[in-house]
Amino acid sequence: MAIFSVYAVNKSGGFIYQYDNYVHRAEAEKTFRYPLDCVLKIHDEKVVVSFGQRDGIRVGNALLSINGLDVNGKFTADGKEIIEYLKDSTNYPLSILFGRARLSSNEKLMPASMFHSLFAIGSQLSPEVGSTGIEMLETDMFKRHCFQTLTGIKLIVLTDPRQSGIDELLRKIYEIYSDFALKNPFYSLAMPISHRVQGLHQGSLVAPIHVAITLVPSPLMWMRASLEP
Amino acid sequence: MSRQSNRTTDSKKMNAELFTLTYGALVTQLCKDYENDEEVNKQLDKMGYNIGVRLIEDFLARSSVGRCQDFRETADVIAKVAFKMYLGITPSVTNWSPAGDEFSLILESNPLVDFVELPDNHSSLVYSNLLCGVLRGALEMVQMAVAVKFSQDTLRGDNVTEIRMKFIKRMEENLPAGDE
Repeated sequence: MAIFSVYAVNKSGGFIYQYDNYVHRAEAEKTFRYPLDCVLKIHDEKVVVSFGQRDGIRVGNALLSINGLDVNGKFTADGKEIIEYLKDSTNYPLSILFGRARLSSNEKLMPASMFHSLFAIGSQLSPEVGSTGIEMLETDMFKRHCFQTLTGIKLIVLTDPRQSGIDELLRKIYEIYSDFALKNPFYSLAMPISHRVQGLHQGSLVAPIHVAITLVPSPLMWMRASLEP
Repeated sequence: MSRQSNRTTDSKKMNAELFTLTYGALVTQLCKDYENDEEVNKQLDKMGYNIGVRLIEDFLARSSVGRCQDFRETADVIAKVAFKMYLGITPSVTNWSPAGDEFSLILESNPLVDFVELPDNHSSLVYSNLLCGVLRGALEMVQMAVAVKFSQDTLRGDNVTEIRMKFIKRMEENLPAGDE
């Protein structure tokens, strides 16, 4: 499905919920011999490729695992520093998995709140009077749709640029939110939905959201249909 | 919406009975606990408020009404859409004040008070005060401060049940970005 993720932000910009639909994440695993021809550097506590793009490994991709064992930030699974480990020729040949770094929940929190501020600025900068803020942000890799309810909750969906039917999806997600979060009396409004909250697990919302996402028509179906004679 | 299509009129009737019984049990327990009608009224209002702040999201998600431009539109939406959706009744909107900031909802029937009779020692109990809290809480979440009270009640001998709603102010400070 071409829906990448779903975010919910509350009225004051605080983070409520986040769901990632892990579609085809660009990952590349290769076996390397000494010396390593990619130049690596440490960025944000992760080891990323700074130069040496080839074969599906792009600049900016993070080192995800060595020989099948997931790395832990700058360290391998057994606690050795990765950069030092890779300089040692006796450890080769080894297979390394590179890919887009998976964000921790704190890292997801920041862009969500930042979007809230952008949204507020956007509505003020608009030349039209009574503008309701940013509805859609389009780039060549994804589209970011935002739906603000009358109570100030923002529902944000990141999708493939060719994806349509998102308004329906946003309404459906609003319904799911109003059902699961609100009908649970132990959930305090505007608080983040996470495993720390009593009574409501992040996982409870995953199933209905997944169903809603699968109901959105795929753009690829249309393209195939239009190509057939 | 799959949930609405599964509901038949039969199961709706059954739910209403259970609803009335549940509400009745709630009010009687509150009376036993607090032993003071004014206190019970206050608690019912508080509980209604907590229901209202959550109910508004459900209402907005299911009914897709946009923002109301003035108090008259609000009154119409409350009477014709909200009450119908949640209690299955359609009160009438009357008695507008000259300034247009107060109106009455006249309820012919009230599902909360089916078969209820108030005993003499609870003469100042506002049995359906939960509804006042619900309306107050729901409107507060869409940035409208209102005062709601029962001005007539069939349980206390009047002919109809009348809810009086007064608009206090628009809460500008909580407005989400972009709504004027």
